[in-house]
Amino acid sequence: MTAHMSTRLSVTVQPEDFDLGREYAALVADDRSIGAIVAFVGTVRDLNLADDVVALELEHYPGMTEKSLNNILNAAAERWSLQGARIVHRIGKMYPGDQIVMVLTASAHRGDAYEANNFIMDYLKTEAPFWKKEWTPEGPRWIEARDSDDKAAARWK
Amino acid sequence: MKIKVLYFAQLREKFGLSEEDIQLPETVRTARELIVLLSIRGGVWSETFDGSQAFRIAMNQEMIPLDTPLIDGAELAIFRPVTGG
Repeated sequence: MTAHMSTRLSVTVQPEDFDLGREYAALVADDRSIGAIVAFVGTVRDLNLADDVVALELEHYPGMTEKSLNNILNAAAERWSLQGARIVHRIGKMYPGDQIVMVLTASAHRGDAYEANNFIMDYLKTEAPFWKKEWTPEGPRWIEARDSDDKAAARWK
Repeated sequence: MKIKVLYFAQLREKFGLSEEDIQLPETVRTARELIVLLSIRGGVWSETFDGSQAFRIAMNQEMIPLDTPLIDGAELAIFRPVTGG
């Protein structure tokens, strides 16, 4: 099964912050067939592994990142009935409280938008080539991948 | 066969290298054989690929299993498991 022709899927990787309200309005546009919109926003925490986090730096693999995020959206649109989905992921330096990532999903009924949103985040965390480096008062350290993320992605198989 | 190899994040810092072109000997045909070739460089290379640390390999921007045959002119990338989101 392929995604419906009118499914609007898009991906942006950028250093700049994003505006959830503006993204929401752009995704919905004037599509009256949408009955449910789910928004996920991930932010920078000030505490990780019991250490103060002063800043977070996000590195990625230009080209592969966009390709991988698009593949994830296409997989979600094949699996659920979606009117639209959008990912915005930031790169570069961020600080506690800053927004890192946004996933918007829109569908006729809420079940599709909720599940697709969850699926997209689970796959993004295990497939998309991003790496986080944390800056603590003791210096920088790369964050290690967690087994729980692999398990979360595996439940959709 | 000649390939380009990119290193990201921890590995880029550890190797002090973000990319290199490698002319492969005839005996190196798969991603696994490429890893062996890199590990015999010694030092941080053998330490990274001694089996104690997980890593991922992408060829032409798609993740691949270790037994995948390498393609001439391909862009390979080696990195630790991803941590975005």
